[in-house]
Amino acid sequence: MMELNTQKMEDFQGRYRYLVVFVGLAFLLIFVRLWSLQVIKGSELRHLSENNCIRLIENPADRGMLFDCKGRVLAHNRPSFEVYLVPEDAKANPEVLAKVAGMLNITPEEIEEKIQAQKRRAPFRPVKIKSDIDWNELALLESNRVFLPGLIVDVRPRRAYDYGDLASHLIGYLGEVDENDLRQAKEAPYRMGSLIGKYGVEYQWENDLRGVDGGRQIEVDALGREIRPLGVVEPFPGNNLFLTIDADLQKTAEEAYKDKNGALIAMDPKTGRLLAMVSKPSFEPFARTISPEEWKTLVENPFHPLTNKGIQGQYPAGSVFKIVTAIAGLESGAITPNTSFLCEGTFHHGNRDFRCWKEGGHGWIGLHRAIAASCDVYFYQLGLKLGPDLIARYAHEFGLGRATGISLPHEKGGIVPTSSWKKKRFGAWYSGETLSFAVGQGYLLTTPLQLLMLISGVANGGKLYLPQVVEKIEDIYGNTIEEYPPVESGRADVSQKTLQIIQEALKGAVNDPYGTGSAGSLKEVKVAGKTGTAQVITLPEDFKRGEMKRIPLRFRDHAWFVAYAPFEDPKISVVVLVEHGGFGATAAAPIARKVIEKYLDLTPPPASKRPERESDLEYAD
Amino acid sequence: MQIDRRLFIHFDWVLLGIVLGIALIGILNLYSAAAMIEMTGIPYYLKQIFWLLIGLAVMVTIAFVEYRYYSDVAYIVYCVALFLLIVVLVYGIITSGAQRWVRIGPFSFQPSEFVKISFILALAKFFHRPPDRKGYALKQLLLPFLLLLVPVGLILKQPDLGTAIILLLVFFSVLIFVKIRWSSLLTIGLTGAAAVPLLWSLLKDYQKRRIITFFNPNLDPLGAGYHLIQSKIAVGSGGVIGKGFLKGTQSKLGFLPEQQTDFIFSALGEEWGLIGSLLVIGLYVALILWGLRIAVQARDRFSAILAFGVVAMLFWHVFINIGMVLGMMPVVGIPLPLLSYGGSFIVSTLIGVGLLLNVSMRRYLF
Repeated sequence: MMELNTQKMEDFQGRYRYLVVFVGLAFLLIFVRLWSLQVIKGSELRHLSENNCIRLIENPADRGMLFDCKGRVLAHNRPSFEVYLVPEDAKANPEVLAKVAGMLNITPEEIEEKIQAQKRRAPFRPVKIKSDIDWNELALLESNRVFLPGLIVDVRPRRAYDYGDLASHLIGYLGEVDENDLRQAKEAPYRMGSLIGKYGVEYQWENDLRGVDGGRQIEVDALGREIRPLGVVEPFPGNNLFLTIDADLQKTAEEAYKDKNGALIAMDPKTGRLLAMVSKPSFEPFARTISPEEWKTLVENPFHPLTNKGIQGQYPAGSVFKIVTAIAGLESGAITPNTSFLCEGTFHHGNRDFRCWKEGGHGWIGLHRAIAASCDVYFYQLGLKLGPDLIARYAHEFGLGRATGISLPHEKGGIVPTSSWKKKRFGAWYSGETLSFAVGQGYLLTTPLQLLMLISGVANGGKLYLPQVVEKIEDIYGNTIEEYPPVESGRADVSQKTLQIIQEALKGAVNDPYGTGSAGSLKEVKVAGKTGTAQVITLPEDFKRGEMKRIPLRFRDHAWFVAYAPFEDPKISVVVLVEHGGFGATAAAPIARKVIEKYLDLTPPPASKRPERESDLEYAD
Repeated sequence: MQIDRRLFIHFDWVLLGIVLGIALIGILNLYSAAAMIEMTGIPYYLKQIFWLLIGLAVMVTIAFVEYRYYSDVAYIVYCVALFLLIVVLVYGIITSGAQRWVRIGPFSFQPSEFVKISFILALAKFFHRPPDRKGYALKQLLLPFLLLLVPVGLILKQPDLGTAIILLLVFFSVLIFVKIRWSSLLTIGLTGAAAVPLLWSLLKDYQKRRIITFFNPNLDPLGAGYHLIQSKIAVGSGGVIGKGFLKGTQSKLGFLPEQQTDFIFSALGEEWGLIGSLLVIGLYVALILWGLRIAVQARDRFSAILAFGVVAMLFWHVFINIGMVLGMMPVVGIPLPLLSYGGSFIVSTLIGVGLLLNVSMRRYLF
């Protein structure tokens, strides 16, 4: 052990006197302050403390507005009158509760419930009794103000969505902050009862939209009436968001659905900006805590109105997936454009018959026609040549099987099965499953947005752009806070030659006489697209395609259509899903056509020129 | 190791008496202040008693080990404390939140508390080699600055502004105690002043807000300003004789944030008035002056600086905390020794006291 140093100890002893003086002075300061607070101001402060006469009146900031890409207001704030009660002030006069309840057409029990619900409220914090009262109620309260101690009526900004349920899934909704939100946002100045974005853009851009809440600290008399303000903080409005969608196009798309359910997304394939995002059924956007009954009806609705099906719904891709199988075939060299397979209407594999949608079969058929006419037997045989893992590889190239990364909550990633994936979960892969996989059935699950990425990637020569819903953020003075330029999120490793063959085939699917997507065709521009039908249940082998309308709605197939236009210079790509809509050709393609027509500003042709055709293609897959 | 019988003769009963006195008042005060806080599980004062007992046991152990051993392991202890800080930070990054705690079994503790003690140990170890006649020169202070800046940086990252400030103040107190050259002091002062804008930019928004609010409470009467006003009302309403034990209203009605930790003194002021406040402050003054005497009467440089560092730590804690509660200083999270609730804090305070006892009872030995 080292001997410790004892030199220059006198340095320390010399310091002692100064240190004592320093400590003495420091505590003298504290003593003086203590004296001034407790002796000089003591009785004044005691008075303040005994009456507990300081109140906080919050003044929430205006939430940032939402605009569409043309500057139309999708969400703004309107003034609303809100009624608060300070329970501690009202306690002295028990009849206040009953009086207020009477004037607001609610029961005293409801008020009591609301007070009880905020158990962890700091004392003398006002409790909201009723929001958005009308003028009659306001007049009644104001004229009786003197007899209602503890009552506060305040003007608050209230979220308003003038387009009603338009783009409700994209915009989202607000709700009151719950304990979970509070815990997550430790440093954010939320208070119990303030509103917070819970879904959609309102949720994702909460920090920008929120603004900074203000408030007043006031001194009140024994009846809770304001004597003087002690401090005021003005609220500062949140930033405004410019969305990429076009409200007009969105409206066209939503109207095209009529009473059908499903999802539609339109995108500019060269930027990734979404032009419309529809999920049906929609809901009326709300900015409040909705009653448990309302919530129950929304949540228990069998058609899931609170789900944005475009990114949260996962479905088999159906024949749309033939695009991927075809690309895999060409790229791997398993086929050339001239390779033909024989379609006799059914394909025998193992001990099962796999059917083509066309009962009589397509005969000897090449790739172009197999895509355009959506021949199943062609792709069964191609699938067998490729095997599941090769198909999966090209599905991954276009982003299937993983979330696209769009800035919206709860996006699902879908499933692209591979033989090893299956082995881990269920066991060995059967070759019969390859047949289903090759035509987009089986284990494959995709979101509509993923299929939109696929078709946009094909349209775009393999380039994939991150789908975006917000173009820029501005503060209230119009200064740009943030811009969202297009982001190239990936590039499918596929040759341009292959893509050209596919593009031609997709054009054929819409424009050739035997094409399954002719309901999506337009006179003025060339549209390229692909229909699809996603099975909900396995239908009996002797089931006739034309009998679809006879089975219950919830078992009917989902209809798909993906498309882009104009063919030469794609400006819009669309994915349409009609849940239980039957066939892509009849249910989904016309909706896509209307959206493309609207976006490219083409005048829709008179209805009489498009006779409803009752033909083979009616049931085309 | 055999314990020398003389240690018991020289044991510093005065110091122990003062500390136990403050701790006892602390428990009573906590019992009253937290009486209204709705919480599940064990009440605060019981937990505090538990930690106090553990702390006293650790204190006695620390006191009876010869401090020459501490001199040998000073840097090792310092490195272990730093390592724990890094563990906390990495863990915090993983769980994506402010993280100040390390969990060991059912207990969790704050490494930043023990960094304070280990930092003082390391400083004492470094400065035990005496300077020349004029004092330490700037270039000799390179290592001590490194000893300071590494933990301060890590602690600010947590972020825990209060502990970082304590480290800074203890460091400069020790510098003055060990005698550094006037020119060095001047240079450090000027550089420090120049670094203020840089430090400011490192602060989190809520920390900046607290400091701005201190200079102008009206800027934020809803947040930090509200707390300051309420704290002053609480202390002031106590008057000369106070409202009486368990009779405080202000500190119990949830007007104050962290009333059981950083704002505990407001409960004392409200219930015991000027008389009670002065009694407690008097005990703190006695503790600090007694500690200073131990430091200057120590046998060697290491123990003198060690004792002084502990006293400086206690002084700054007491001064800043009470100043903050009385609205004389910005609200920075610095607790009040032996009065504020907090297991790690009470244990680290008592380790400090243990070191003081250690130095005190060995000044006649060797």
